[in-house]
Amino acid sequence: MVTYIFDGSLEGLLTAIYNYYDNKAAAVVLIWDKLHQPSMLEETFEVVNDEAKAKRVWDGLKKKMSAEWQQRFYKAYLSEDPATFQHLFEFARYIFDNPVGAESNFGNKHVMAISKMDRSVNRERHRMKAFIRFQKTADGIYYCPIEPDFNVLPLIIAFFKNRYADQQWIIYDVKRKYGVYYDLQKVEEITYEFVSAVNKSQITLPAEVLDTKEELASLLWKDYFNSTNIPARKNMKLHIQHVPKRYWKYLNEKEGKN
Amino acid sequence: MSDRIREKLSILADAAKYDVSCSSSGGNRKNENKGIGDSSNGICHTYTEDGRCVSLLKILLTNHCIFDCAFCVSRKSNDVKRAAFTVEEVVELTMSFYRRNYIEGLFLSSGIFKNADFTMERLVRVVKKLRLEERFNGYIHLKTIPGASEELLTEAGLYADRMSINLEMPTETGLKLLAPDKSHEDVKKPLGFINDTIVQYKDEKKTGLIKSIPKFVPAGQSTQMVIGATPETDMEIMYSANEYYKNFNLKRVYYSGYIPISYDDRMPIIGSQPPLLRENRLYQTDWLMRFYGFEVQELLNLKNPLLDTDIDPKLSWALRNLDQFPVDINTADYRMILRVPGIGVRSAQKIVQARKFGKLRGGQLQKIGVAYSRAKHFIRCIDSPYILNEPDAPHLKNLILAESSSKYLKVAQNQLSLF
Repeated sequence: MVTYIFDGSLEGLLTAIYNYYDNKAAAVVLIWDKLHQPSMLEETFEVVNDEAKAKRVWDGLKKKMSAEWQQRFYKAYLSEDPATFQHLFEFARYIFDNPVGAESNFGNKHVMAISKMDRSVNRERHRMKAFIRFQKTADGIYYCPIEPDFNVLPLIIAFFKNRYADQQWIIYDVKRKYGVYYDLQKVEEITYEFVSAVNKSQITLPAEVLDTKEELASLLWKDYFNSTNIPARKNMKLHIQHVPKRYWKYLNEKEGKN
Repeated sequence: MSDRIREKLSILADAAKYDVSCSSSGGNRKNENKGIGDSSNGICHTYTEDGRCVSLLKILLTNHCIFDCAFCVSRKSNDVKRAAFTVEEVVELTMSFYRRNYIEGLFLSSGIFKNADFTMERLVRVVKKLRLEERFNGYIHLKTIPGASEELLTEAGLYADRMSINLEMPTETGLKLLAPDKSHEDVKKPLGFINDTIVQYKDEKKTGLIKSIPKFVPAGQSTQMVIGATPETDMEIMYSANEYYKNFNLKRVYYSGYIPISYDDRMPIIGSQPPLLRENRLYQTDWLMRFYGFEVQELLNLKNPLLDTDIDPKLSWALRNLDQFPVDINTADYRMILRVPGIGVRSAQKIVQARKFGKLRGGQLQKIGVAYSRAKHFIRCIDSPYILNEPDAPHLKNLILAESSSKYLKVAQNQLSLF
């Protein structure tokens, strides 16, 4: 048993897989460095990120997996979940050690674990497409802070770029401290400094930086949300199941309900 | 100014909410003109406190109406506040919501003012303005107004993604009882006309002779019936739904449990509970017809004209047809695996793929996502124990009910069949 310590990046994960074959290692426990607690009698191996090695592993996986499963691999990685990292590692071994098509063996626990995590990440991605509420600023940029469970921002960029092609927008991940900005041409990654003028603990922007019609638009949306409800059918359990409470502070129609 | 628009929105959203359709999927409009919006997969942007999805801005253009249908809040004789949007107001509201990512698009309906054509023409003006002036490619669900001219319907179809027209009551008799002025023929005619036009556009596209055929109602048509206002059986309801699915290629039939809104003594009184459980069972039946390969006659027939309330229709069918079980997970064909209670479409597909790699065990099925405590009574896997004396149907039902916790009441509330 060897403990592989990696930095939590995709490149690191793929390099670890390369190292495993290179070292002809026995069973490997893959640990994210920030979670690693050294213990006695533990044999450790420090994974040093290597772009060329990572690429070789990825190219190898691409040859053996359908495009759909390459996507799943990447999305499961975005979960940032330690147990999933281990599953991805074992899954890659399983794919390399078996004939093409092995990924559809849902009886294999790693295949199933990744398939499940893929669904969870997809759900979070879908939620972000749904729960983003842009606020129009005085300079015409539509801004929205988010705090998704998984690192799904890379998965929603194309969607917003296609949909809101004629308006500038910023989506900022408050938890992971990075965001993206669309300037009518292309999407760029932005960091903390770019939006440093904005108090990120406050979700609604202060009135002085907002467009003059923003308040009314938000008010009308809240009115609509209340009018379209049928009180005779009230079902809060279902409501909360679909709109979990942890997202409420980002939804203007739920303002004041927290 | 802002107070007036707020009041209008409240009135006209409130009046539109009994139309349950909120689907925004099935369209395929892309944002190719660097305009705004697209419609592809449905997205529910929020859910109201009654647990229903909010995907579209669902409003009436006006709740003024010349008809007096007993089941409708906007009926002429009802004493409610009336309001009407201008074309510009609807367009501005839609764009303002859409740009903030509140909605997927617009669901526009209307009370009938003056006459059918006059109303339909207004609706068409809204969608035309959205598409042509605002370059809006989001989803638009437009109501077909019965009796509107074919020219107007054709024009509407070129801009809308989905069109719908409500049957209101599951049978003609029911409809005549509450809305003597209306008939199902008035619904069939435009449904048929739009369906024919959709087919015609598709055929032209297939020939490939003309390069760019415009989209015509790309997300198809749907309808809605009100459940529990009139005394139809579940069988009558679902047979009617089935007929419309078959004859008009409908994408969806919606079943809306009647919420009492009137003191009319032909219908349930105000304050009585809407039939939510029944509505749920009807949707389950609808799903079995559309995704699970069931014929409506298998689920509902003269012997069983009413759906069980304590168990779902799939389990109910299985218990009536125990001779077809147990199903061997490792050999049975997909069609039969799909019919096992506790196995859904996703699980069935996974089972068929996974068993190529080796015989499946019960534990693996659980991981795959099968509701095993339910399914185990109907299947055999490689490690299933041999069972002497298979339990009979009533026994099995009790066994399953004892293990499961229904979100509805435990006590059976079947409608009694008298004969």
